[in-house]
Amino acid sequence: MMNEQEIVLKIENLSFRYEKENVLEDINLSVPKGSFLGLVGPNGSGKSTLLKCILGLLKPQTGTIYLFGTPISEFKDWHRIGFVSQKANSFNTGFPATVYEVVASGLTSKLGMFRFLSKKHRQAVIDAIEAVGMKPFINRNIGELSGGQQQRVFIARAIVSHPDLLILDEPTVGVDVHHVQNFYNMLDELNRHLGITLLLVTHDIGTITEKVTHVACLNKHLHFHGKAQEFAQLDSKELSQFYGHHLHVLSHDH
Amino acid sequence: MVEAIFQYEFLQNAFFTGVLIGIVAPLLGVFIVVRRLSLIADALSHVTLAGIAASLLLEKKFISSFLFNPFYMGMAFSVAGSLFIEKLRSVYKHYQELAIPIILSSGIGLSVIFISMADGFNTDLFSYLFGSVSAVSRSDLWTVLFITLGVIVTIFLLYKELFLLSFDEEHAVASGIKAKTVHFIFIILVALVIAASMRIVGILLVSSLMTLPVAASIRIARGFKQTIVFSILFGELSVILGLIFAYYLDLAPGGTIVMLAVLILLLVIIWKKWRRS
Repeated sequence: MMNEQEIVLKIENLSFRYEKENVLEDINLSVPKGSFLGLVGPNGSGKSTLLKCILGLLKPQTGTIYLFGTPISEFKDWHRIGFVSQKANSFNTGFPATVYEVVASGLTSKLGMFRFLSKKHRQAVIDAIEAVGMKPFINRNIGELSGGQQQRVFIARAIVSHPDLLILDEPTVGVDVHHVQNFYNMLDELNRHLGITLLLVTHDIGTITEKVTHVACLNKHLHFHGKAQEFAQLDSKELSQFYGHHLHVLSHDH
Repeated sequence: MVEAIFQYEFLQNAFFTGVLIGIVAPLLGVFIVVRRLSLIADALSHVTLAGIAASLLLEKKFISSFLFNPFYMGMAFSVAGSLFIEKLRSVYKHYQELAIPIILSSGIGLSVIFISMADGFNTDLFSYLFGSVSAVSRSDLWTVLFITLGVIVTIFLLYKELFLLSFDEEHAVASGIKAKTVHFIFIILVALVIAASMRIVGILLVSSLMTLPVAASIRIARGFKQTIVFSILFGELSVILGLIFAYYLDLAPGGTIVMLAVLILLLVIIWKKWRRS
């Protein structure tokens, strides 16, 4: 059995460079089970690069990443990690698939080849749709939904296989401003009631710091890593140190 | 026609072959259309024509043998063409659609050369181009049945993977699906079905049986499974009615089937417009 203190994700002395210059330098980070970490940083701060390292898509030059205590090079249980990419809503909106079918497709890799959905799986699909509040739309075609609703469906697809860690990359891009709050409330539910550890990457430090349990500020280096309450107590001078001149443009709407 | 079917073996062959193709062509068509690969069927059908022309040439100039049967030869060319398309798609990563005109024109080019070497058109070739009710042999029917069963079983087994690959290729790859293998199997199925369909609808019209029923279905279906069901329904309707009309009015079956598919498509579009207003 896992204990509460299990470290879901641990990064040690990680540095990464595409060419000569380091994009990430000496990153140390640990995410305990059950936490909701907001990884914030301005554009070009290396957030996406760090995500790709965590997902095993890029290999850092130095340092090690541990997922559930296993070094990433030996990690096999990828179904324990759900990922909702920023580009999730750039799919072909004319695609004739219902919400149910899209969410069920999240079980594809867990099931493996030549296996079919059992009754239990079908219930898991319905539960995941319910968890993101999309039950009334279960038989609607995905293309008929709004951007925010589609994003919820993609989150349902990511959680249907019961991941222990859910990684979201800028999930509120394309979500109606008025629904962002709702959206964060839903993530909060997933975190509290389903116990899914969340890692949310965003450049928007406004709303997110109220919802998360932990904050990590990234701008090539990790400038702050701690509890959300501590982060909230930082004054704007300290904040602007992390963010540099980017701070004042952060809260504008997209 | 019902009595005629019991009476004449060639009608039985044509009818049952048509019914089988009415299932598999739209079935594969759904995956082709949603992946925006509609023209692949066209490219492959023209490569198939090159295979048929080659076999007709060999038959005329040299020897006729089981292996040079136009049906099998067309199928072999079609499968080879599909492999080339895949290769070209990876060569031109940013211009993937380029593979289609390259293969299509190569197919036509080869066909024209083979046809001219074989002293031009004859009725045999004509029936391959536009389909023919009388040209389907019993052994053709068995081959088509075999292909149909193979395609249905494969699609059934790979349904999850094909769905995810069509819907969201990036996610499919990220979640560890062997995208290349699945796509490779799929494209070979397409090549086989094209070769199987050409007897009835003809080379030039094969792709329409893969796209038109799907185009109609996608307008009204809710979800992917329903899209498949409606596509097969529309495909089957076009094929069966098309064969009946072609038989009684003495028309080329390929053209009749395709025009019925177009008619169904138009009716669906009009119906949808009417319902909305």
